[in-house]
Amino acid sequence: MTTAAPAKTETLLAVRDLVVEFGGRGRPTFRAVDGVSFDVRPGQTVGLVGESGCGKSVTSLAIMGLLPKRGNKVAGSATYDGTDLLTLDDREMRDHRGRDIAMIFQDPLSSLNPVVSIGVQVAEVLQRHRGMKKSTAIAESRDLLDQVGIPDPARRLKEYPHQLSGGMRQRALIAMALACKPRLLIADEPTTALDVTIQAQILNLLKELVVDSGTALIMITHDLGVVAGLCDEVNVLYGGRIVETASRHEVFARPRHPYTTGLLGSIPRLDGSRSEQLAAIPGSVADNIPWTSGCAFAPRCSRALEVCRSEAPPLEQDPTAMEEHTLRCHNPNPAEGGEPA
Amino acid sequence: MNPMQRKKDRIDALAATAGAAADIPDAGRVSDSGGLSLIGSAWLRLRRDPVFLIGATVTLLFILLAIFAPLLAPHNGHTAYLIKEVSADNPVPGGEKGFPLGADGQTGRDLLSRLILGSRQTLIVGVLATLAGLCGGLVLGTVAGSLGGWADTVVMRVVDVMLSLPSLVLALAVATLFGKPSQWTLIIAIAIVQVPIFARLLRGSMLTQRSSDHVLAARALGVKRSAITFRHMLPNSLGPVLVQATLVLATAIIEAAALSFLGLGNPDDSSPEWGQMLGQAQQYFDIAPRLAFWPAGCIVVVAFGFTLMGESLREALDPRNRR
Ligand SMILES: Nc1ncnc2c1ncn2[C@@H]1O[C@H](COP(=O)(O)OP(=O)(O)O)[C@@H](O)[C@H]1O
Ligand SMILES: [Mg+2]
Repeated sequence: MTTAAPAKTETLLAVRDLVVEFGGRGRPTFRAVDGVSFDVRPGQTVGLVGESGCGKSVTSLAIMGLLPKRGNKVAGSATYDGTDLLTLDDREMRDHRGRDIAMIFQDPLSSLNPVVSIGVQVAEVLQRHRGMKKSTAIAESRDLLDQVGIPDPARRLKEYPHQLSGGMRQRALIAMALACKPRLLIADEPTTALDVTIQAQILNLLKELVVDSGTALIMITHDLGVVAGLCDEVNVLYGGRIVETASRHEVFARPRHPYTTGLLGSIPRLDGSRSEQLAAIPGSVADNIPWTSGCAFAPRCSRALEVCRSEAPPLEQDPTAMEEHTLRCHNPNPAEGGEPA
Repeated sequence: MNPMQRKKDRIDALAATAGAAADIPDAGRVSDSGGLSLIGSAWLRLRRDPVFLIGATVTLLFILLAIFAPLLAPHNGHTAYLIKEVSADNPVPGGEKGFPLGADGQTGRDLLSRLILGSRQTLIVGVLATLAGLCGGLVLGTVAGSLGGWADTVVMRVVDVMLSLPSLVLALAVATLFGKPSQWTLIIAIAIVQVPIFARLLRGSMLTQRSSDHVLAARALGVKRSAITFRHMLPNSLGPVLVQATLVLATAIIEAAALSFLGLGNPDDSSPEWGQMLGQAQQYFDIAPRLAFWPAGCIVVVAFGFTLMGESLREALDPRNRR
């Protein structure tokens, strides 16, 4: 199932057959991520898209080595710049985090330490990875806050997280993540907890910073609208497996997986007429059946066939596509029209 | 349920309360609208809470009394001013001019002055014992909460053993160890009894912190383990422990009095202590019950003050009680 790997120098991060199982202590094991593979090339923005609970966060935490160790199993590989991150010990991984790969999370308020000032929190990263003295690091932090568009950074440095607005907190977290100029940034739903007006600002900021610095970005989101504005390539996840991978253009022009069309249908459109219902996907991820007894999406799928309930479809190249476009579906949408079926 | 299990459950429940601050997504979000932090809104509540105001006033008065005791006491605590009045018919001289509460027994010392001076001894013993217990608890709780795994298991078993030791037995053991009972053996014994309270409480809130978002975010930036523990976990775990210290101080004062009463405190009565005074009052109980009444009353009022203050502090800082 491994697709023909591009030349090694071209890939910054290659995730192969990543499996994460939670369990132990009498609970039945639960496979949150089930054989996920994807590539990130330098400077590229890759989207991981899916409803909540489909394993997006677990995938990113596994790559970062941040999953709780006890009782959980992580298998597969995540090769960053020639090293498999999953084989590194805690100490080695700690040196990579924040310096080579950084991450920002969903809720900017709870991601900041409430009792430490913003300046000290930004400076901490610089002191840790760039060996700066505290005074130098604080001065540098001021510039970093300035770069992420925080007004009056000298004053904000001395303030505490609860004194900042939600958008400013996320900006500060972005400053911390990009402080050491990592080559890869993982953003786990960075705008979900923010007001709609702020969301666009933060996405623009991310786009700008990523383009300017050539940082690769893994954008985790449940919102294909975010993908449309940001991602070069899109991986759609369902029940811990990738169900469709294609370039952004391809996903929007010719979505083949019924789940992807469902996600597209749930984006509100400004030009849509009032009477047009938002095409919500019936049910939720919670209803999913394990992939072992058929397609996990089948119970919610309008195109499900008999075979979908007995046999899990493999991930295969879409034969009708002109470019790379992989698909895990027995009965995809007809290829001709771009319109959702 | 046996008393030890009850003790444990209570401490764990407290830790859960404390940890809830991190769980409730709303805990700090009030700040968005009202510009108030958890502490800010707690203060607003406390300012209007009569229970807190009474507790804090009693506590403050007691502390001032203890600090300025030598200035406030009309006489010293050891001179036998009233010895001439002591006779077979009147072994405990009552109040008279300059000595409103009379003598403290056949020794003929001034009861009022000894009560005032005793506040100091009582505060010192209570505070030192609580501080020592707090330090011990902080060390053990930090080790257990930050390392987790087997270190956590070992430390918590040790703490459970400590929790099962009654203070009286400990006080006897420590006194034997040092040769004779003294103020210091008393402090050590009480501190040992308190270590488990703080250790369990701190461990509980450290564990909550360990799985909190900001610790995850700090780990995602490669922050080292020591910094995670001391900058990101410990300061955020201290609140409930410090509040609990106020409550424990009340217990410490009562314990100290009880142990002194049993003769396990400072044997030298030239520097008075309330529990010790209470113990000496026993022999005069039928002829002069006031000798017991005054120190006992002081102990009760002070312990009550600390308890009221501690309970209302805890309630105000509990995010589940926020409106
Ligand atoms: N530490 C954990 N222990 C057990 N199950 C977990 C744990 N973390 C996540 N899960 C489960 O893994 C699945 C995927 O979660 P997650 O990756 O967080 O979803 P999302 O796509 O919304 O980010 C969910 O069903 C969740 O319940
Ligand atoms: Mg998530």
